[in-house]
Order: sequence, then C-alpha cells, then structure tokens
Amino acid sequence: MSGVLEKQELKIVGTRPVRPDGADKVTGKAVYGGDYHLPGMLWGAVLRSPHAHAKIISIDTRKAAALSGVKAVATHSDFRESDDSDEINAGETMIDIDAAAQMCLAKDKVFYDGQPVAAVAATSAEIAAAALDLIDVQYEVLPHVIEIEDAMREDAPVLHDDMFTQGMPETPKTASNVSMRLEKITGDADAALDDADVVVTRRYTTQMVHQGYIEPQSCVASVSADGQAQIWCSSQGAFMVRSVAAAITGMNLSDLRVVPLEIGGGFGGKTTIYLEPVALVLSRKSGRPVKLALSRDEVFRSTGPGPGTIMELSLGATKDGILTAAVMDLKYQVGAFAGSGCGAGVMHALGCYRIENTRVTGCDVVSNMPSTNAYRAPSAPQAEFAVECAMDEIAEQLGMDPIELREKNGVKPGDPSFSGAPLGQVAFMETLAAAKSHPHYSAPLGPNQGRGIAAGWWVNHGGESTVMVSINEDGSAVVATGNPDIGGSRASMAMMAAEVLQIPMQKVRPIVADTASIGYSMLTGGSRTTFATGRAVCEASAEVVEILKSRAAMMWGVEPDQVEWHDGEARCTAPGSDEAPLGIKQIASQTAKTGGPINAEIVVNPHDALPTYGVHICDVELDRETGHVSVVRYTAVQDVGRAIHPSYVEGQAQGGAVQGIGWALNEAYVFDANGRMDNSGFLDYRMPVASDLPMIDTLLVEVPHPTHPFGVKGVGEVPIVPPLAAVTNAVSHAAGMRFFDLPLTPDRVYAAINSQS
Amino acid sequence: MTYHAPANVEEAISLLGSQDNAWPVAGGTDLLVQMRSGRIKPGAIVDIKQIARTMGTSAKDGGFVIGAATPCTALLKDDALCKAWPGLVEAANLIGSVQVRNRATIGGNLCNASPAADSVPALIAADARCVIAGPQGEREIAAAELPAGPGRTNLGKGEFLVEIVLPPREAMSSDAYLRSIPRTEMDIAVVGAGVSLSRDKDGVCTQARVALGAVAPTALLVADAGEALVGSQLDDSALAKMEEAVKAACSPIDDKRGTIDYRIAMAAVYTKRAAKIAYDRAGEGA
Repeated sequence: MSGVLEKQELKIVGTRPVRPDGADKVTGKAVYGGDYHLPGMLWGAVLRSPHAHAKIISIDTRKAAALSGVKAVATHSDFRESDDSDEINAGETMIDIDAAAQMCLAKDKVFYDGQPVAAVAATSAEIAAAALDLIDVQYEVLPHVIEIEDAMREDAPVLHDDMFTQGMPETPKTASNVSMRLEKITGDADAALDDADVVVTRRYTTQMVHQGYIEPQSCVASVSADGQAQIWCSSQGAFMVRSVAAAITGMNLSDLRVVPLEIGGGFGGKTTIYLEPVALVLSRKSGRPVKLALSRDEVFRSTGPGPGTIMELSLGATKDGILTAAVMDLKYQVGAFAGSGCGAGVMHALGCYRIENTRVTGCDVVSNMPSTNAYRAPSAPQAEFAVECAMDEIAEQLGMDPIELREKNGVKPGDPSFSGAPLGQVAFMETLAAAKSHPHYSAPLGPNQGRGIAAGWWVNHGGESTVMVSINEDGSAVVATGNPDIGGSRASMAMMAAEVLQIPMQKVRPIVADTASIGYSMLTGGSRTTFATGRAVCEASAEVVEILKSRAAMMWGVEPDQVEWHDGEARCTAPGSDEAPLGIKQIASQTAKTGGPINAEIVVNPHDALPTYGVHICDVELDRETGHVSVVRYTAVQDVGRAIHPSYVEGQAQGGAVQGIGWALNEAYVFDANGRMDNSGFLDYRMPVASDLPMIDTLLVEVPHPTHPFGVKGVGEVPIVPPLAAVTNAVSHAAGMRFFDLPLTPDRVYAAINSQS
Repeated sequence: MTYHAPANVEEAISLLGSQDNAWPVAGGTDLLVQMRSGRIKPGAIVDIKQIARTMGTSAKDGGFVIGAATPCTALLKDDALCKAWPGLVEAANLIGSVQVRNRATIGGNLCNASPAADSVPALIAADARCVIAGPQGEREIAAAELPAGPGRTNLGKGEFLVEIVLPPREAMSSDAYLRSIPRTEMDIAVVGAGVSLSRDKDGVCTQARVALGAVAPTALLVADAGEALVGSQLDDSALAKMEEAVKAACSPIDDKRGTIDYRIAMAAVYTKRAAKIAYDRAGEGA
C-alpha cells in the first residue's frame, strides 16, 4: 500500500477540475433539506416562547389537537427522560442531551425568545399555523438578562438553579450564571509585565454573531409501525443527527437511519440539531411522515450563533520586540445553556507566539439568548482579535513593522504547543514571509485609507472516518464517505482516489452515504474532512490497487509482487513475460472468476492533524464625514499543507475572510427591552453583500503535512480568525485612533472620531 | 381572502370600497412580506396592474406622468425621464435588489408609508403630485401629503393612487438622492436626502427643494433648507446654512438602524452631498 502512496508525481491533485456535484447545484437540481417531500407527508410547525425568561406553568394543546387536519401535537413530555450526564461526542464539542432536548422543545422553563414550546403536525402548513394559535401556554414571566456583565452581577436573575461554576478550586454553593472557569499559566506573568519595556493594556468586546448559512434547517422524519425510522435532512454529520435524535427520543441507533441531503452552508452551526427529534415524535404519533422547516426568523431566534465576548489583555514586550508577558481574561457570552465558550479561546489566544510568561483566564456566562454553538474556528476569532490588535499597538509603539514583530515571536516546528508537546511541521514563518513579500503589503495607500494586518491560527482536527472504495465492472469507481459535502469535499475525495488509482477523475464518483450504508464517521467540523476522511480515501484506494494487482497476477499466473500498477493498468514484471498490460476494466470485468467484487473499506482515526496559520492584509477607506468603512483591498495568505483542489481552498479562504469582515463591520444581535430579538432577518442583521467587498485575493502557502498521503492540512476554519483584527487595525490606522469594540458600524466609528476631535 | 384584478379604475374603486379589509397591490414587495409576517391579514387583494393608467411613463404638459404600478426598473427605460429627474429615478432604483425592483413600484413605495422609503424624499423634492381615485371621483394632492405616519396614509376608504405627476422642468435643473446605509445596497435608509434645484447660467441657484427621509414620522420637505441655497453658488456658507436648517427639521428616533444623533448628523452630510450632485448635474450642458 505504502508503495502506491509514496509515488508522488501528481497528475490530478493540485489541478482544478469541475466538481462532481457542480452541475446539479448550479441548475437547481440538487436536493437540499427544504426540497424533500414524501407522499402523505404532514407539515409541522413550532410554537415559540415570546418571552426571554419565563416559567412554563401549563401547556394546553387540546384545542389545537381538535382542529380538523391536525394529526399530532408534541411537547417536551414526549421525549425520553434524559439524565443530566447524557452527553454525545460531536467531535470538537460535547452535546448535552438534556440541553439539546430543551432547545427542541422547552421543559419547564424558557430561557430565550424563540425557544420552542410545542409543535403540531397537520395536513397543510396553513392548518399547522392555525393550530399553533390554539395552544394555550401559561407563563410566569421572569426578569431576564442579556449582557455578560449584567449576568455576572450578584443580583442577576439566575437562569439555572443547578448551575454551580465548574473549574474553581472549590465548587461554589450558590448557583450563578457562570457555568465554568478556566486558567492556564506559564511562568510568572505579573513579574514579567513589570519588567517589560512596553506594555499594552486594553479591553476588547465582540458581539454574538450568526453563521448566516443560506439554507435554514429542514427535515422530514418518518417512523414506521414497527418503530424503525428514517430522517432526511441536511447537517454537518448524519451520524451526529442519528446520535442526538435517538438519544432525545429514546431510540436504538440501529432503528434510525439518517439520509444526508445537500447542505446549504453550516460553518459549525449545523453540528447540532433543533428539529429532527420533534419531527420524529410527531411522525411517531401521527403515523405519517412529517416535515419541519425553519424560517430565517426562526433560524436567528432559535439556533446557536457564536458567542460574544469581553476580553481584557495586557501584553508586554522588550524594546527589541520580544514578547515576554501576557495576562488575559476572556468572558464568553454562551447563551441559554452551558458550552461553546472560552475553552478554545483560552487555548488559541496566544498560540501564534512564543511567550514565556502567560496567565490566561476564561469563563462562560449564560444569559437569555439563543444557546451558542460552533461557528468556524469556534471561540478563536474573538480571543485572537484581542491579541492581534494589541500586537499592532506594540509594533506601533516600538516603530516596528507589524509582520516583523510577528516573525520575531511566531511559533516554529518544535516549539511547545498548548499541551506542551512540541509542534509539528507548522508553517507560520513561511506564511508571514509570504505576506511580507506580497505586492499588496507594500502598495501605496490613498487618502483616508489605512492598512491593517493580522495573523491567526486554528488547531485543526482528525477524528474517526469510514470510507469505502468500490470498483465497478467497467473500471469506474465509487468512493463512499459519511461526511457531507460542504466545501467541495466530493471533488477532493474523487481527486485523491483518482490520483491513487491512476485513473481519470471523471471515472470516480464520490457519494455521501447514509448512516446505514457506511460505517461511522465523525461530523464535518474542525477542518477535518479532507485531512482525515481524505486519508481514508487514499488508504482505501491504495488497498484497491493492491487487490487489482493480485487479480492481475492471478489472471497471469504470476506472483502479486511481479505486478506493477501504472496509469490505471497492471503491468507484468515477471522475468521473460511478454503479457500485455491489463487495464482496470479488464480486471474488473473478470471478478466473478478471480475472487469476487473489488472494494475496500477503511477506517481511520488520525490524531496528527497540524495547526494552520493565516496572515491577512486589509486596506480600508474611511469616510470621515459619515464613519462609513469600505474594505478596498484584501489579501488572505494561508498555510494550507497542500491544496487538493486549489479553487475550493481559495474559496475557503475567501469565505472565511468575508464572514470575518462582516463580524468586524456590521454584524450584531439587537434585543428590545423585553429581551426579544429585534433584527431577526438579513435586512437588519447585516452580513456583507457582494457590493460591500472587493475581490478577496488569496495566496496559498504549501508546506505539506509530512505524514498525510498528500500533505493535507485543515483549511476551512483558520481564515475567519485574522479578519476581525486585520479590519480593526486598518480602521485604526485610517482614523488615527484605536478601536476596541466590534462591530465598527458607521455610527460607532462616527461617534468615536467626533468624540476625539 | 379573495384576489381581484380589475381592468379599470371604477371597478377597482368599487372593489376597494365594498370588500372587507381590501388592500390594493401593485408589485406586492411590501404587501406580501407583511402578510407572511402576519402583520396584516387582508380580506381581499385588489391588483391594480391591469388598469392601463397605472402602468408606464409618459410625457405630459411639459412634465411626466408615472403610473402608480410602474416597476422601478421600468423608469430606467424612459430616457427623457432619466434626463429630467435622474435623482428620482436613482432613488426608486436603490430599493431592495434588481429582482425586487422589477416588481416594486414607486407608487407602492409611497403608499407603504415607510418614513425611510427611498423614492419619497425624491418625489417630495420634485414637487410631485399624486392623482388619487376614489368613490368621490379623482383628487390631486402633493406627494408629501400622502403618508400620514409610519404605515398610514391619507387615502380614504375605496381610494387608491393611480398616477404620479411630475411638473415641467426648467432648463438647468436637476435633482439627486442619497441615503445613509451601513452596507452598500440591500438596505433601508438610516437617512435619505433628496434635493431638486435650478440654477442660472452664472451658476446661481434660483430654486431649490430639500426633502428628508427617516428623520421624522413621514418624509419631510425642509423649505428653509432649500431657501438657504437660493441665490448662492452653493458656497460653504450657503451649504452650512442649509445644513443647520436640515438639522433643525429632524426629529428622528433611536432604533436598531441608527441613533438620533447619528441620523441628524447624517441628514446634514447627505443633503450637502446630494445638493452638490444636483447642482453639478444642473450645470451640465450649460
């Protein structure tokens, strides 16, 4: 096997073929969650809390159930009673089943405006909507709290009376809204700060932001009379859907089959579920398939965005620009339930740099807003935003080029990682050097323009994957994986398989298999799929090549080691042999005589994923009269290992940059005085539109992963990390004053400029 | 709910007057959204697009008549209209996206009565008149008189907007509309500013009308802002005087789209910028 993988004159990897799923996606034929229908299907609808915080006194569904056309009504009592300890490993995060169930249907309290309370299934969407109006829910409205500092006050309304802060030397005896605290210390940070020649001490804030995936969640569930069930939905992992839905509804995993549909964006937001258990219950009760689909308003009000933060940082350096000390405190606004908070923030905050003396503390604070979830490099962009802004100030105070400051302190292979183990073949230095020599970095600026740079990193994951490669009798191949195609993974899987099999990519068809058709695969997250699942594709393809060689040997009557595989055909190397080569089709068409079908299933669970680094260069133009910031030029330089399909790697860098720019400039949740979200649509939740942005230029820095068959490193998450600070540093330079609070909306920038003068 | 598509004005008046909770619809880009959100539940929808008078643009008595149901993008195809009222046509073509503007109409934008409607300050600055048909016959009112408050109009039961009439244009006249939005498109005005003016061959402003959106319950004509420009060549002192008049006229609210202070400041900035554009346009070909 290794022989095949070691041949490295690449013919397909690194090229830009048309993607296998492209035609259906651009012609509208691809079937997404919302497109799926079944005969006899019912339409579900969900009644939501109008209150930010309330006790549920009673839910009377009798009138709704009696409405003609209504076939089932569901509340939390239809779920399996879960233990507090029930958790499911969703890869980067754990999913708490009790909390997940309450985000599907509330138990005895509602914790945010929009939390589901009851659901109905009816013969039409109109009847379902009318039935919701007939459900009588009695609430005892409680005081609510949204902002981090308000939620941490002694007299704050406490959301969960069983929340006792974890991670303290002694667990407190009174409940609070702080779910956990974390601390990471190296050296003596306070003493080192005292000794530093230059210290920047600042407080930074970022707002809660939504992933903004274009496809709202949607599913169809169908439960059969014998209790077996199927779900058709889009998600970041069909196996995750199966685990969580089965746990909440009390099913055996083998009785539940989840069929993945095309996914219209996830960015971490679809690493948990909000609908499927409800649809299962409604289908079980009605005996009919049930469809549930969210509106955009429901997506904003009830699905998990990324957390807001308050961050305090003191960063110290010598006059030569050597970082010596950092003290940092991170508070994450995690929403209604614990989780998705400061852990990755504490880990990532200072991870680009070698700093001897550090103390990073973090805490997660719950409040009455949707419970947060993963959002692309979850929790890292916030923490690194603070560090990268402070780095810019240190460079300015020292009169040093900001990239040079980073080069003096950046991590190299062998430096200790967060865990203490030495870093592998990281390429931060190469990425910095590429940014420094990029023409953008030295291009002249116009009037009222400013340039900012920022770096960022993300740890990347490996994890469990199953892959099956089968050779058809005509010599074509099918590659089945258990990971949805979010960012072009079908293309990269087919390319890697074709490279190993040495056949044209068009002869390889990649499919995303359902949970009953392939072995377990961890969800798509942590930028792991092309790395880990891709490795399984390479290994399965290599095993198939070995089988093909042994079949050719059998057909020739020679030993397998007397066969070589070149250009998709077997060549006989036995002494004196004059056999003509056997093509893959010739071998595959004879399997009935040579030992049966040719396929290989491979499982992997790699733990050697390498972190990746990005350095972004951003030019903005500031309209001083209005405070309006225009991004006029943007370049994303990124360490990518090796790009299998460079267009999709560039697309990841561009997409991450755009989401980060939106985070920096305009995106934020707005709540009214009652804690109800006031901007639950794309009109007033302002993600960038195309005309807001220049072309995002990319530069891929290829330092291959030494132990991956094709050198792949995770690429999807790191590009959202640098933009927050790159934009902010650029605006700070254009304005001649520093900014610390995102988003940099025109009115805030205007107010800041005018308060200064 | 019933749907009707009358072929003439009389039939429309009768339907609007006799049906319960009847709403006229042109492009439907506001009405359908409000129905979907549950904000309104019409008993009947009266589609006015089949009525010939409500569709298209034409020159009349030296001015122009715009049918109330004419899509915004159709205005771009009338070269004479674009030449005489470039600011108005631009304002109507800032609303939503191209796809939305292929449906959305300038009449609907006015009758939806949003204080932030983009075309309304431009219509007011243009001194546009509205032809309204109703059970008592037809009447004409100034564009500024049609909205009564956020989401409310001065249309009576059975009445609907048939046409918008733009007055004859003097030589060396033009207009402009600008808005403040956080993004670059697909947004709603935080402040809108429309300016229509005339100048003489020496560059002296002879007439000016200034109108503002999103700074009061309805779009406003700011008469003294226009007067501040008259007799000037839009020098700094005239503009400063105009800006003061604009600021004094604003009574905005704090909301998710902007603060009171920011709206007042931006009203002055964008009016100044719009005035300069209108002035330069009026001077073109001089």
